[in-house]
Amino acid sequence: MSKVIQTKTEFEGRFHEELIVVEGEGLSPWPEGITLAYVGQRVPRLDGAERVSGRAVYTADVQLPGMLWGKFLRSPYPHARIKKIDVQKAEKIPGVWLVLTYENIPKIPFYGGQTFLLDKTIRFAGEEVACVIADNEERAEDAREEISVEYEPLPFVLQPEEALNPGAPQIHPAGNLVRGGPDVYERGNIDRGFTGAEVMVEEVFKTSTALHNAMETHGSVALWEGDQLVIWDSTQHIFGVRAQAAQLLDISLNKVRVIKQYMGGGFGSKNSMGRYTLLAALGAKMTGRPVKILLDRHEENLAAGNRPASVQYLKIGARRDGTLTAIHLRAYTAAGAYILIPPAVGGPVRQLYSCPHVKTEQYAVFTNTGPLSAFRGPGYVEGTFALESAMDELAQKLSMDPLDLRLRNYTEINQITGQPYSTKGLREAYERGAREMGWAQRSKEEKGSKRKGFGMASQIWGGSGGPPAYAWVKINPDGSAVVLSGTQDLGTGTKTVLAQIAAEELGIPMDKISVQIGDTQINPYAPISAGSMTLPSVGPAVRTAAYDAKRQLLDIAAQVLQVPGEGLEIQNGSLQSPKLQQPVLLKDMLANLRNFMIVGRGARSPNPEGVHVNTFGAQFVELEVDVETGEVNIIKFIAVHDSGRVINPLTISSQIEGGVIQGLGFGLIERRVVDRKTGVVLNANLEDYRMPTIQDAPEIISQMVDRPDLRANNLGSKGVGEPPIIPTAAAVANAIADSLKVRIRELPITREKVLKALVNRNL
Amino acid sequence: MAKKRESPDNPSRWRGPGKTMIRLKVNGREHELLVEPRRTLLDALRVDLGLTGTKRGCNEGTCGACTVLVESRPIYACMALAIDYDGKSIETIESLEKNGQLHPIQKAFIKEDALQCGFCTPGQIMAVKSLLDRKPNPTPAEIQEFMAGNLCRCGAYPKIVRAVLHAAQLISEGA
Repeated sequence: MSKVIQTKTEFEGRFHEELIVVEGEGLSPWPEGITLAYVGQRVPRLDGAERVSGRAVYTADVQLPGMLWGKFLRSPYPHARIKKIDVQKAEKIPGVWLVLTYENIPKIPFYGGQTFLLDKTIRFAGEEVACVIADNEERAEDAREEISVEYEPLPFVLQPEEALNPGAPQIHPAGNLVRGGPDVYERGNIDRGFTGAEVMVEEVFKTSTALHNAMETHGSVALWEGDQLVIWDSTQHIFGVRAQAAQLLDISLNKVRVIKQYMGGGFGSKNSMGRYTLLAALGAKMTGRPVKILLDRHEENLAAGNRPASVQYLKIGARRDGTLTAIHLRAYTAAGAYILIPPAVGGPVRQLYSCPHVKTEQYAVFTNTGPLSAFRGPGYVEGTFALESAMDELAQKLSMDPLDLRLRNYTEINQITGQPYSTKGLREAYERGAREMGWAQRSKEEKGSKRKGFGMASQIWGGSGGPPAYAWVKINPDGSAVVLSGTQDLGTGTKTVLAQIAAEELGIPMDKISVQIGDTQINPYAPISAGSMTLPSVGPAVRTAAYDAKRQLLDIAAQVLQVPGEGLEIQNGSLQSPKLQQPVLLKDMLANLRNFMIVGRGARSPNPEGVHVNTFGAQFVELEVDVETGEVNIIKFIAVHDSGRVINPLTISSQIEGGVIQGLGFGLIERRVVDRKTGVVLNANLEDYRMPTIQDAPEIISQMVDRPDLRANNLGSKGVGEPPIIPTAAAVANAIADSLKVRIRELPITREKVLKALVNRNL
Repeated sequence: MAKKRESPDNPSRWRGPGKTMIRLKVNGREHELLVEPRRTLLDALRVDLGLTGTKRGCNEGTCGACTVLVESRPIYACMALAIDYDGKSIETIESLEKNGQLHPIQKAFIKEDALQCGFCTPGQIMAVKSLLDRKPNPTPAEIQEFMAGNLCRCGAYPKIVRAVLHAAQLISEGA
């Protein structure tokens, strides 16, 4: 039975009311404390063999017969009007099919109408100007050099606060302030809160622009099969790409098929459809050939998204005993030239601690730089760095232990809505992390030029997931099963956990379960793989579908075997009942029915009313700083997170370690550099934009609180993709401050910044 | 600045010296290919031979995703011109699986979960193979030093170290 209900859904720190359709039976989570056969087990990746053998075909690997290549010509100017484009010479080169420009393609609005698919106005250096379609990649590159463009350069602005100055170059007609004003949240009265404060911290914190650099760059292959458009896309949301492509090309949804089997990472940068996707589709339409457009590493770093730099003015007031009285945050982020969703930099300030008077003002500002996109824990990574740094500064002023200050302001109540959390394992995460680190006994030592320091930081994030998400489970005549859902596996292990869930519910072993995802024409709808929501959205739907399939199977088995349905169950692929002399293999029972197929259907139930479902965690770090070289060496890193029930301890530890390592990169080395004179990105490559290597990665002790959240959903699980990156840079910054006795309030904390801070301290 | 090409009416300007026949011995099998001089070994493998297991992450020698072995030595295939490898013997990720049996390094990567998205994994594994061929029992520090040229944005690094140690053990046991 399908039911329409109104529900509140949360995505990356924002809440929306939605009407959704739910179906299938509500199941209770497996109880706490019992050992399950597949869920909770260290199961190796289901698709590990394909990925280690080179057999996995990623979007970048798709090669179709007759396939052409598209290559972009990009603007060298950060802000310009195109006066003239001459493509004649380029189009004469043998093997060149056509050159797409704003003159010969439909005027399709892009980035929510902030520009067009190709536009006469250029708003960042590296923006798409034209797209050559040619027989092969090299030929397209040759032709690109033969396009001549006459630009009229315009004044440009790169920094968000400068972009708000009167007289700053205007990037869009409605002004540079996104949505015309700040995003303001307020509870209580901060003036009253600060009046009641006995101690205050007021500082400015800055973070730098970080680049995702998923190993597989953005790209699509488009093919028209008659009037059906087939798109292979490296995307975090196949159904989103389908909807966007259908809408912008004005074709119906059934005529667009989006496929994504294996994906080489996304981290938020592949949340929505790219220009390359639509231009590949148009190019394929105009040539009658499949067209592939794959960004190169430089393009990836110019035009495929970033975590925007932030400037955060933060003020915290507290009483002598450490009780917070007020927090005020004013934050500026550079949206770049176009924006879909501004990052929620104020999220941690609004929710992490009990505090009666809070105000956050978030200014997202258009700048002549590449457009931002979500990047793992968008806003929260930046916001947590500022808040958790300031909390340590407050603790120092109060002569309190940083952990005690956090516990003093601990809350079981969501500070925005006043509703309790379904579960909150942060206290346990603090305790376990502190125990593992020996926090209470930590002692400072100096060895030569090395100064030891300890730091910690806390994490809050959504990660409840929610409807709509659907799954089907098919039982084959031999007792094997296929799980279908239109979700994505970015590399997180989606397929593996879905198979574990289905195996658990069906009583069918893992090796008899396949998972088919990533195809809008085959799979039922599943949401975007972002906001740490894949598992907690799709997993419960899979369990419900498996339950539905099992019920049908048992009903049929009872009739075939002529035993009562009561007491009949499936274990390890066999039917068992007190009324059966011995277990009957599913396949033997099903053999009686020849090619009969069972299809179970499941949908994600709504999130619980009256409680908030969030994820929490705490990270602790011991490090040493070399005061002669500025080098930071991580000695010990401990991450303890609460994401409800752990489905797979092996793959979840990979997520935690990976998040921490990205967080270390963000905290210590990563920074996009834009030349102030020309507006050009100077390090759009992996040589100059430094990311952590294996030598930068410390051993990470990751632990999960692993307590099922019995109200969250029928698994008791919450998301985990983003939480581990959120507190890392803050914990490291706190440890460095502890080590040096001087605070660095700007990320990344490079060696240069360490040495400068030491010089300033000693002056 | 790249030299500006002459008019496309003169085809020799953009055709270069033309395509050249080369022989590559890839995974034990000899192939004849007709490639432009600018064809990288990476594209010769991926595009001309359809061996897409070797990945292109940066195409400029900074990420290691395209690591293959030439005469048992690891190179970045994106930094090599195919014509320079005429007559050479090349091993790619596709060579490791034998008769449906994964190589011990591959098994170790799966067991230790030393991959997430897997895009860098073929390059990582070929680098590991070269390491273990030369040094059957490396220490964690030696592994880190040797593998520093293979980036992994998912951050599987700690598990890659463990997988290499495990693979070394499997190989020494003759698995």
